[in-house]
Amino acid sequence: MPNSIIQIRNLITQYGDKRILDQISLDFFENQVTVILGGSGCGKTTLLKSIIGLVSPAAGDVRIFGAPFDAADESHYNSALRRIGVLFQNGALLNSISIAENVAIPLEQHTRLDHDLINQIVMTKLHMVGLDHAAYLLPSELSGGMRKRAALARAIALDPELLFCDEPSAGLDPLTSAALDDLILTLRDQLNMSVVIVTHELASIHRIADRIIFLDQGKILFSGSLTEAKTCQISEVELFFKTGSF
Amino acid sequence: MNNMASDNSLKSSRIHCRDSLLILDGPLSIHTIPELQKNLKQTRLDTVTTIDLSGVDYIDSAGVAFLEQLSERTGSAANLQKANEKVQRALETFSSHQNRKPEQSPEPNFFESVGNSVYSFGESALDFLYLTSEIVLWSLYGIFHTGSRRKGSVIQQSFLIGSNAIGIIALLSFVLGLILALQSAAQLRQFGANIYVADLIAISMVREMGPMMTAIIIAGRSGSAFAAEISTMKVTEELDALRMMAINPISYVVVPKFLAITICMPLLVTLSMILGILGGFVIGLTYLDLTFVSYFNETISILTAEDLLVGLSKSIFFAWVIVIIGSYFGFKAQGGAEGVGKVTTSAVVASIFAVIFLDALFSLIYMI
Ligand SMILES: Nc1ncnc2c1ncn2[C@@H]1O[C@H](COP(=O)(O)OP(=O)(O)OP(=O)(O)O)[C@@H](O)[C@H]1O
Ligand SMILES: [Mg+2]
Repeated sequence: MPNSIIQIRNLITQYGDKRILDQISLDFFENQVTVILGGSGCGKTTLLKSIIGLVSPAAGDVRIFGAPFDAADESHYNSALRRIGVLFQNGALLNSISIAENVAIPLEQHTRLDHDLINQIVMTKLHMVGLDHAAYLLPSELSGGMRKRAALARAIALDPELLFCDEPSAGLDPLTSAALDDLILTLRDQLNMSVVIVTHELASIHRIADRIIFLDQGKILFSGSLTEAKTCQISEVELFFKTGSF
Repeated sequence: MNNMASDNSLKSSRIHCRDSLLILDGPLSIHTIPELQKNLKQTRLDTVTTIDLSGVDYIDSAGVAFLEQLSERTGSAANLQKANEKVQRALETFSSHQNRKPEQSPEPNFFESVGNSVYSFGESALDFLYLTSEIVLWSLYGIFHTGSRRKGSVIQQSFLIGSNAIGIIALLSFVLGLILALQSAAQLRQFGANIYVADLIAISMVREMGPMMTAIIIAGRSGSAFAAEISTMKVTEELDALRMMAINPISYVVVPKFLAITICMPLLVTLSMILGILGGFVIGLTYLDLTFVSYFNETISILTAEDLLVGLSKSIFFAWVIVIIGSYFGFKAQGGAEGVGKVTTSAVVASIFAVIFLDALFSLIYMI
């Protein structure tokens, strides 16, 4: 059994009175790609945001790297955040600066590397997501899929131990999407990265998922491997895989 | 906690040099490299031909970048040797593929940039004229055809522009009247010409100060709001969406504002005139010992219909300038939220400038 890197216990998150996550307990494991599945609006993004502390849960604990992960404890929270990369659903690049500068932000803020080295790392990361030619463009000058790839480059700028991706392949063509999947697997294998991904792309799930979590109505309907998911006899989960494949 | 990568941030690495051999030991990661770089400052590298990586157990992208830099600095791009399999694969993944750094497009020289700005000024002037004519045409059309905009949008805009500005305009005009009267009272008193303070306040509030003050406040409040609203719609592609629904963005978005401000401005200016005169009245009654009746009669007798007409007609022009400039900058917005901020500021500055400039122009015209 691999080590658990995130432990969630009895997590409840609500917006106002509307309960989105209801008593979720869940572990994420080191060196694994975990895919979170579920219908649109079921709370996947909310789950990610509750884990990383952008939405404060109404109840429950989240532990990351073996320590409580709580935005209130600022020094610990910030030092843990340096070991975490996050790719937001809409990219969230800073609009006033170029792609290269966006990727350089975490390197400049959190390391003592010199300028040349940072430049070189930035170019490597942009190359890894296939954006070397767009380094000096502004985010508003990119296509939707390019923006997503640039945001991924920024998320992995510090070679984080833990990477969260909210729909990295939405809006990408199958080839680019496959290349990103390969990239994520490479990161997992070579940097021992643990990855938590929200995605709906079946092809992508087949390629990368070590483990699948299926969310429905604020509860975890299923968690396990892909083969288990396909034979789990839970109608919603089976329907998801049946409808999606052709 | 048995977490390999987190251990790396604690472990340190060593570097030592033996003749042509450079030996690296320990993890090469974002955490260890700044230290290594410092140590390396004292080491001579031009004799190094081989870099021994047998002691390296972990390497990340910063490590690879560091190695590339290192072998560039050595005399003859040194060989990397004895890397274990994992390190070898990382070297391939994170290699930066030298010499493919794209160039930023060169900065234009002085003459080019002067030429460019003249050219773009000409272009924007043309755009501005187009927009102006389009707004005026669609507004005329919109007076009679109410179907091309959202129901009740003119009334809603009138409330936004007018009713929320009433308080501030009333207060500022009153204070302005007060100040004007106080300043001139001291002078007029010396000649025993106390009563003329009424003339002075009446004329200046009605012909100049009322329209101008109101226009400046409206430019700050509503001009900025127009620019912000339209530019937000532009950058979020709402304008494109309207166009694709076969709706003209100008008649849908701008015309209600245009009609609303045309109605509101004269009303607000009238309010400003009255409050300004009231301000003077307070000073006249208290400081200059005038009576209510004499002040009132003097004010009525000095004001002509022409004064009122000048003030109000001016104010309508100011209103139009504010809408047109606000919309122009709104439509010009580019990029994201940042673009919105930029054009909002520009719109306010430009419309206040235009109002004052136009006022000077009117003064000139009326003098002739
Ligand atoms: N800021 C918010 N305020 C109130 N309700 C919200 C907010 N953000 C999300 N919600 C609600 O929470 C629910 C879950 O939203 P969430 O964004 O987590 O869905 P999701 O599973 O990520 O969906 P998708 O696959 O479409 O991205 C939705 O019903 C949504 O209406
Ligand atoms: Mg989502």
